[in-house]
Amino acid sequence: MRAYLVRRLLALIPTLFFASLIVFTTVRLIPGDIIDMMIAQNDIGSKVSRDALEHALGLDRPMLTQYLSWIGGILLHGDFGNSLWQQNPVGEEVFSRLPVTFELGIMALAVALTVAIPIGVISALRQDGLGDFLGRSFSILMLAVPGFWMGTMVMVFPSIWWGISPEVKFVPFHEDPIGNLIQLAIPALILGTSLSAVTMRMTRTMMLEVLRQDYIRTAWAKGQNERGVVIRHALRNALIPVVTLIGLQAPILIGGAVIMEQIFVIPGMGLLLLEAVSRRDYPVITGVFLIVGVAVVVINLLVDLSYGLLDPKVRFR
Amino acid sequence: MSATVIPAPRRSAFLAGLLRLIREKPLGAIGLAIVLVFLFCGIFADVLAPHGVNQISPVNRLKPPSARFWFGTDHLGRDMFSRILYGAQLSVIIGLTAASLATFISVTLGVVSGYFGGRIDMLIQRVVDAWMSFPELIILIVVVSVVGPGMLQVIGILGLTFGIGGSRIIRGAVISVRENMYIHATQSMGASTTRVLLRHILPNIMAPVLVLFSTRVGAVILVESGLSFLGFGVPPPAPTWGGMLSGSGRTYMYLAPWLALAPGLCLTMVVYGINVLGDALRDLLDPRMRGSR
Repeated sequence: MRAYLVRRLLALIPTLFFASLIVFTTVRLIPGDIIDMMIAQNDIGSKVSRDALEHALGLDRPMLTQYLSWIGGILLHGDFGNSLWQQNPVGEEVFSRLPVTFELGIMALAVALTVAIPIGVISALRQDGLGDFLGRSFSILMLAVPGFWMGTMVMVFPSIWWGISPEVKFVPFHEDPIGNLIQLAIPALILGTSLSAVTMRMTRTMMLEVLRQDYIRTAWAKGQNERGVVIRHALRNALIPVVTLIGLQAPILIGGAVIMEQIFVIPGMGLLLLEAVSRRDYPVITGVFLIVGVAVVVINLLVDLSYGLLDPKVRFR
Repeated sequence: MSATVIPAPRRSAFLAGLLRLIREKPLGAIGLAIVLVFLFCGIFADVLAPHGVNQISPVNRLKPPSARFWFGTDHLGRDMFSRILYGAQLSVIIGLTAASLATFISVTLGVVSGYFGGRIDMLIQRVVDAWMSFPELIILIVVVSVVGPGMLQVIGILGLTFGIGGSRIIRGAVISVRENMYIHATQSMGASTTRVLLRHILPNIMAPVLVLFSTRVGAVILVESGLSFLGFGVPPPAPTWGGMLSGSGRTYMYLAPWLALAPGLCLTMVVYGINVLGDALRDLLDPRMRGSR
């Protein structure tokens, strides 16, 4: 197990290296100049020269030096640089927003699984029956409904029909846990149902495959009841690829969270990114970009490690 | 697969395929019908639209659906039905071009990585790993924010992002084809690498390529509308479906809910049609992929 873990962690190094290169170059190489924007917005062009401003922000150094000092700062001191506008450390800002996005993501995932797994199981048990047909139709439809449209509808229609509009001011969890959960419930529900479609189909497919195995016939033959066969023997084995899917869906979940945060004004990473993008705040953009990438990589590692818990046959070598 | 089909002219083979789709996959046939209607609207938007796409008419602001304005009008008095039709045109253009670009990139990367293997494969796969660890939407937002919004940028970036992600599927298909006897036979006969790739590998991975392309069209349309919604897509006044649901339009939805309904319903229907058709194609073309996802 330890050797496996070490090898997996070593394998992360090239992935993270390329990820950091992607982040750094996409943001820096393409000309979209913060200096021009700062001069235009703050009217400081008359007082400070362009070169001086560039020098003060460290943007006049060669690209390689900039990359090395950026990545060095992160690796050695956990320093993601400072925001070009507010001068506050990017790391602090990002990590203060991270829990909100994470909470939304976990709630959405919980919704997705509670919708997907039962429907998937029932669909497989009643293959080609009415329940199967309805379940599958629902899931394909949910794949097609854009989350931002659902979000907009949920904002617009209750307010027209019943005069209800969701609270716009965000309540942090530590101030009012229940209010916070209620506030995040709708975006999590929308995000979760759209996510559930793929998971449901995967659960169904895997259940169909597992239910045909010999050991399932044995379980039936020894007289175990349906509940025992389905949950103890079939579902546990069918869930392994479903768990992998959760890892693969992490990026989609985070992307969806950006849209939900924008619609429901939730101060998470997505909103931070959108604000930073509109101000060309490079360090913040790179910080969010990189941390999201690392988070996805870590989630996938955790997913792989969780196989051992689900499937005793899996030995990490 | 089609052992019962007697050799016949190409056109009737096509018809036979269509009949098979209708008979075996009725849902897929519905999907095909939706896609065809959508294509028709997109191609002939200029002829079909009763009003100009950006024709402003202050007198007719925020009119509910009527005989004259089928889907109502927006806050500038623009006819929503016409804008939806032109929006279909934009979606067709972006969906097809970006999905083609994505498929081309996927095939190139996947074939090179899967066929040559070894160090090249290793290097390409680590880059793909790194790329795939970023949410598509976030890459798109970041890149569009630096390149600036616009149709070409959106197509290019969507193509690249989806292309790199999809290369895994093609790589897998190439690896399984590569080990076939006929490939080894061709190689030992001294065929050039290009010949092996173009004449033997490529035709044998056409099924996953086609399925990948069809699913990509839906995904591209959906992500593009999300980008436009966030203000990073094709900039206004272009009538993108996502764009119609965002910006100033959103403030007026409380007064005129039809503004929110039409673009979203069209988007849902089209993506639904494409997905259902893609599923049916996958089942009919590629027995190996049957039932996955």
